[in-house]
Formats: sequence, structure tokens, C-alpha cells
Amino acid sequence: MAILVYTENWEGKFKKLSYELVSYAAKLAEDMGTQVVAVSIGNTDKEQLKTLGKYGASKVIAVCNGELNTLHNRAYTAVLAQVAQKENAKIVVLAHNNTGKALAPRLSVKLKAGLVSGVVALPISYQPVTFRKKSFNGSAFANVKVNSPSAIVTLFQNSYEIVEKGIEPTIEEFVPTFPEINAQVTNVDKVTGKILLTDAEIVVSGGRGMKGPENWAPIEEFASLLGAATACSRPVSDENWRPHSEHVGQTGKIIAPNLYFALGISGAIQHLGGVSSSKCIVAVNTDKDAPIFEAANYGIIGDVKKVLPDLVAAYKEFKAS
Amino acid sequence: MKILVCISNVPDTTTKIKFNNEKTEFDKTGVQWIINPWDELALTRALELKETSNGVITAVTVATVGLIDSEPTIRKALAIGADNAVRVNANPKDAYYVAGQIAEVVKKDGYEIVICGIESSDYNGSAVGGMLSEFLEYSSVSSVSGMNIDGGNIVVNREIDGGKETLAVKAPFVAVVQKGIAINPRIPNMRGIMMAKTKSLAVVEPAAMDELTSYETYELPAAKAACKMISAENVKELIDLLHNEAKVI
Amino acid sequence: MNFEFTEEQIMIQQAARDYAQRELIKDVIERDATGRFPSDHIKNLADLGFLGMLVDPKYDGGGMDTVSYVLAMEEISKVDSSCAVVMSVNNSLVCYGIEKYGNEEQKEKFLKPLARGEKIGAFLLSEPEAGSDATSQRTRAVDMGDHYIINGTKNWITNANCGSTYIVIAQTDPAKGHKGINAIIVEKNTPGITLGPHEDKMGMRSSDTHSVMFNDVKVPKENRIGDDGFGFSFAMKTLEGGRIGIASQALGIASGAFERAVQYSKERKAFGKELMYHQSVAFKLAEMAVKIENARNLCLKAAWLKDQHQPYGIASAMAKQYAADIAMEVTTEAVQIHGGYGYVKEYHVERLMREAKLTQIYEGTSEIQKIVISRAVLGK
Repeated sequence: MAILVYTENWEGKFKKLSYELVSYAAKLAEDMGTQVVAVSIGNTDKEQLKTLGKYGASKVIAVCNGELNTLHNRAYTAVLAQVAQKENAKIVVLAHNNTGKALAPRLSVKLKAGLVSGVVALPISYQPVTFRKKSFNGSAFANVKVNSPSAIVTLFQNSYEIVEKGIEPTIEEFVPTFPEINAQVTNVDKVTGKILLTDAEIVVSGGRGMKGPENWAPIEEFASLLGAATACSRPVSDENWRPHSEHVGQTGKIIAPNLYFALGISGAIQHLGGVSSSKCIVAVNTDKDAPIFEAANYGIIGDVKKVLPDLVAAYKEFKAS
Repeated sequence: MKILVCISNVPDTTTKIKFNNEKTEFDKTGVQWIINPWDELALTRALELKETSNGVITAVTVATVGLIDSEPTIRKALAIGADNAVRVNANPKDAYYVAGQIAEVVKKDGYEIVICGIESSDYNGSAVGGMLSEFLEYSSVSSVSGMNIDGGNIVVNREIDGGKETLAVKAPFVAVVQKGIAINPRIPNMRGIMMAKTKSLAVVEPAAMDELTSYETYELPAAKAACKMISAENVKELIDLLHNEAKVI
Repeated sequence: MNFEFTEEQIMIQQAARDYAQRELIKDVIERDATGRFPSDHIKNLADLGFLGMLVDPKYDGGGMDTVSYVLAMEEISKVDSSCAVVMSVNNSLVCYGIEKYGNEEQKEKFLKPLARGEKIGAFLLSEPEAGSDATSQRTRAVDMGDHYIINGTKNWITNANCGSTYIVIAQTDPAKGHKGINAIIVEKNTPGITLGPHEDKMGMRSSDTHSVMFNDVKVPKENRIGDDGFGFSFAMKTLEGGRIGIASQALGIASGAFERAVQYSKERKAFGKELMYHQSVAFKLAEMAVKIENARNLCLKAAWLKDQHQPYGIASAMAKQYAADIAMEVTTEAVQIHGGYGYVKEYHVERLMREAKLTQIYEGTSEIQKIVISRAVLGK
């Protein structure tokens, strides 16, 4: 028996998200008296694979095959299912991101294991195993019981603290079989060198209160000082002030950074649906009654165009001290 | 080719979320039901594809798992322009159960392209599309933000971290679609509304299928502490609080 | 008795709401400022079938009932009365008039493109010296045997420029008084027709209102609707239905302002609490809600009577007089609740207040409606 965790890599590297998943799986394993097996698909060197042990993986299974360099849901599912069966996985943990959302449902059918997606905490019970997940676009939590012998979960980002365990894992190569791939990637259009919105620990986001795309320079500057990603509200991307890839909210990207700056964003319910899991929200808005202040931890009433340069200066001063 | 669009009947997105006293069920009193917004966009794109495919796409069908009270939502989909509809007469409790039922519909009627919205706005499961593809042993593409048919070739755009991929896909397959698939849902016109009654809405009884999960109880999030207000003249204090109190910088 | 809407009626209401809240809202303030006619929106509303929604499908209409029409008019008018009035005139004056009283050839030739929304209709009754008093028509349509020659001026004509199918009410035989009046379909491109400048109005500023001058305009006799001398009766009967459209428009103006006032009362704080917790505001909202509900019921009752083929002239007069008057009251209160914000354009309610005023004036002033109602009440 084991807890299996799928650790996605990005060009051969794991991210904080991967370690969060391993830490979560390690706690499940500890509570259930078993161990964590991590599975990695793609070209990842041994040193990287070993880092998974640091957070609690006893065994790392590496699958390397040229055909699996891009995500093919059906093939990846076949691989994960084979590993899960081989390791007799009781629970399979994936991230609640694009990849996890693509694979977990398929895996649930393949293994006939109940899926709970968007899990935000450790199980509220192990007998039977019951997980807490987000529902109604973040307006409520649901406690979902799994009726099958094994379970699949996708974990919401930033739901669990990273904990170091310092295990020296065994590394095992695995050669899977998978069905023929009938989708071919013909073009990739990727921005490089920017911090990805979905990974960022800090996000600086602008709304209609910024008044126009020409006013984004201070946001960019503030973000680069903080090592943050930039984002925007829906009206801003609808107006083409910023690219659609920056739109956060219920219909855009759903993010959960440690720190979210909402600058000139009124905080419509659809926007809050995409950012409400942030650990800390700072709002700057001229309208003291803007709903964003209901969601924020810290607020400043004022015009972003005046407040932001002061904030940049204050942060520079803080960094220097 | 025929397209199947899976639709789910969900509370209007502005609904105030309440539960019964035991917190075991969503309180449906006074709730207005709508087509799940993602599914409505999926349907809109499917109809656009049919209209511009020069006859390659012959029909767009919508399917749902629901009791008779979901029929107004299905007829709305017919009014928008779906050619016909299938309702599996069962209470949609668990994603595995729902996907299994839809899979039976696909197997029986044979659809080359199946489109599902990324998630329903109530259970936020992001599950049915993926599960369905595995039941059918179809390939699937998720995070689809664009879809085109050029002759017999299907081209989809998939959102990836930091960008977009273009994939050439062979039917049959399942597309799980999200933002970008269509800009706005199509508004039904008078003709469509009038015709909706005359289109076929087949009701089929459910196949035997397990429920792998059950929703036990619900909870509303705890009230958040009030926002701490800082003077615009004193942003240094904010930096200080973020560092010492919130410990996020 | 049954107060439930059918599934189709709800779908039509939602379709109108979706279009209004998603599309009309985008440029309504800009069009109010510039007076630009919303050709793009009118095209879209035509594609959705709203411009001929009441016409029988056999004449390319939507075949919907009047109750649906009330619901759709309310939703469109919540946002944009300039578009709603195009819809109202086309549906309930021009299409209805031709469908009900025209002959097959006229329906084939004129009604079908109007019902499809490819052509827009205008109803030319008002004159510089004959507004509410429709009996004293000065525009002349002289009988020349196989055609009429029309001379005269019509005022405050909605859709005068965008419209291409006019129904002109004109005097043929002054000796017969109002029994000498005819209703004649005139295509706008007929030689001799000229338009006055776009009227610079207080509200509904992007609807296209002009005076229309006729100078020896030759129209074939087959364009006359009904028998010789039917024109006045035609106008009065058609306006009975038109009143339902304008009443629903007034209702929409009121409920649009009301929805904004409710929203604002929940968001805006004064003296440390949201406006909604101040009884002076809460009571205002309660009173507004009752008035709107009454107006809606009157509109729906008139529509229902029409759908049941029962007399509805009195009911539609009551609906129009009441809805228009409460639209004025409700919009004024909505501005008051918004305070200073209500007086600026960004918050929409001042525009709705300006629009409300017109509903008390056109297609029969509130006073004219009271004449109709009082005559019925007194059995005169």
C-alpha cells in the first residue's frame, strides 16, 4: 500500500507546488501508516528526483519516454494507472491545476477510485476517507466521502504547508505501456522569462481604476521589485489593456498566492472567486465602499496612481534596510 | 461528424448560497436555474463550428443527466440552436455516475466530438469531461480555449503555463473547454425559442452505475476578520505590517 | 387565474435581458450624449426577432404573444429606451396595423420585411398643430383616381430616418371631418419627401426623431389601409395596442431605475451603515416596489386581454397612464437615493428620469389616457 503523488515538472524542474503535494501526501501516509511514492513523467535528472525525498517521498518512480514530453491525457493516465496498481496506491494526489484537472478524472475511471477535486485540507476522517473541497465557486466547502477502496484527490494550491522530512528516496525507472497518441502538438506559443501567474507567491493586479494601459508601468515595476507576477481584472482584459492570460477571476485564472495586491479593482464577486484563496490580500481603491475591502486583509483608500509610487518607494526603502 | 455537448443545470451564478438546517443539501428554494456558463459557451462554439463546417458537422446534440425539472434548461439549449437533446432521467449526484451515463449515450448514438465545460459552477468538480473520455477510451484535450475544423482536421488550442499550444487532433475525442472557446454565449432568437418545443428531447432511463463519492455536508466559510485600513499618507506602515504581521514579504 | 409565465415567455425575457445588460449597456451613455442612432443594435435586435415578435410566423414574424412583448420591452427599456421605442413603434404600431387591417398584398409586400426587421416602420400621425387631438389632420391626401397626392408636415416622428416604411395618416375629404381621414403606406424613398433635422431631445436622445415634409408625394391607391375614410379609426385602434408598448417601456424605465437604487442602497454607506438600513431609504424602496408591481400588473393585464382577443383599450390606457406617471416618480426617487451620484451620467438614473418624461407625453399624454379612462368609467 502507498500514497501516490504525481509530481509534474517544468522543463525538468520541480516547483514549490510539487513539494506542497509531496508534503501533503507525506502527512496522509503518516496518518495511514504507509509511505509516499512520487511519480515523475519526463526528463528529470537524479538530483531533481531526489529533492522529492526531502519533503517525504520514500520512493520516486521516473518515467522517461520521448512520446511523453508533452501532456497527452490518455497516455499519461495509462502510465499513472500502471504505477498506482503496481504500488497498490490507496490515495493518488495531484495538483488542482490544468494538468491535475486533465488527468485526475480519467484516472478515477481507470482505477475506479472516487475523485475529490479542489481539496483544501487534510481529510476530516479516514474511516471512511472524507475530504473537504471548495464548491459553489468558493462560496462554500463540501465534505465529500469516498465510497471506493481507493481515492484520487486534486489539491488546491497553497492549502498545505511545505514540511521537510529529509528522506533519501530510492529512485526507480519504470517503462510503461500506453495507447497510441492521436493528438499532435503543431505549435507552441510561450512567453518565457516571466514569472508565471499560477506559480507566483506574490501577484500585483490592476483593475479599471488604473484608467488605461498606459498606466501599467508602475505595476510592472512594483511586480519586478517583489519578484511578483502581474495580473488584471476582467474589464481590463476585455478592454485589451492587458492580455487575456493575465485575467484572474472566476472566468479567468484562479490563483492562490501568498500575497495579492488588488489595485483599483472594485472586487466583483466573479473576481473574488478567482483570488479569495490568497493568504493575504491588499486592496487600494478610491471607493471606501468597494466590495474588495470586504475580502482584503489590508486596505488603503486612495487613488492608485498616487499610492503606488509611494508604495514602490517604501518597499525600496524596506529592501535597502 | 456529430457533436455532443454535455450540459449541466446549475443555480444562477448570482444565487446566494444557502443550505438546509442539517447542512446536508443545497437549499433550492427560489433558485433560478441556468445552463452552466461553460457549457453554454461550449454549445455556442459547437453551433458556430456546425454553421461554418460546410456540412462536415451534421448535428449538435446536447445531453444532460437530470430529473424532469432540468428540462427548461435543456429547452433553452434547444432554443439557442442545438438540433436535439437527450436527458438521462436520474439525479446527478456524483461525477463518476454522471460521466458513466453520458458515456452510454455516446456509445449508443455515436458522436465523434464531445465537448464539456471545464467545471460546473456548483460542485466545481472539473471531472465529467475527463471521466467521460476514459469511459469511452477516447483521447481528450483539456484547457481548450479554441477549436476549429478545417476540412476533416480538428485543430484545438490548449492553454499551458505561460502560453498556448496548438494541437491537431483526430476524432473521436473529448474537448474540455474553458475561457476563450467562445466570447459570449449565444442569445436565442424568437425562431429558436418557438422551435425549441418541436425539437426532439429524448428521455432515457439510467444505466446501472456506481456512485464513487457522496456529498455529506456543506459549510460556509468562516467570517473573515475586518480589513485593516491604512492611511494613504502612510504606506510605510503597510510594508511594515506585511513584513512583521502577515509575514508575506 | 394564473400568474405564472410560460417557459417561452421566460426565455424571451431572459434573451431581452441578456442583450440589454450585455450589449446595450456598453454605449448607452455615449449615445445619449451624441444622439447617435444605434444601427448595430437595431440590426442585432432584428436578428434576434424582437422587431417583429408579435407578427404571425406566416408573415415572417416571431409569433409571440403580447405578454412576452411586455416582458421584452421592460427588459430593453431598463437599459435603453431609444432602442425600445424603435421596437415598440415597429411592432405595435406599424406591423400590428398592417397585419390587422392591411390586405394580403400589403402584408406580402410591406409586412414581411418589417417583421424580419430588414425594414423599419414609422407611424406618422402627429402634426405641428395636431398632437393629441388627432381629428384635426392638416396633411392632405388628395384622391386622384388611381393614386393620392400627399402634402403636409408631420412632427416628432420616431424612426423617421432609419425607417423606410411609413404609415401616414392624412385627410382626404375635409368635409367629412375625421371620417375623411385615410391611413396610407408610403415608402420613404418616394419623391417629394424631405426630413427635418434630428430633434435634439431631453431624453431617448439616440432614437431618431424628425419632422417629415410631404410635397406632392404620389402614392398608389393600393397602399391605402382599409376602406376610404378608415384612417382615423385605424389610428385609434392601432394606438390602443401601441399604448401597451409604451406602458411597458415606462415600466422598464421605472424598474431599471429601481434595480439600480436597490443595488446602490446595499453598497453605499452613510452615517456608518448602508443606505438600506436607513428607514427613509428603505420605505422609499418599498413604495417604489409597489408602484412598479402595480404598473407591471396593469401592463400584463392589458396584454393578456389582447392575447385573449378581448377589448383592451381601457386596460391599455390605464397601463400607460399609470406606468408613465409612476416611471416619473420612481426615477425621480432613484436619483434622490443616489444623491450627487444620481445627478451624473455615469450612474444611469438621471438618464432614466429624462426618458420617463417622454412616456407621459408620446402616444397619447397621460391627460389623454385619463380622458379615455374617464369616458369609460362614466359611460360617456
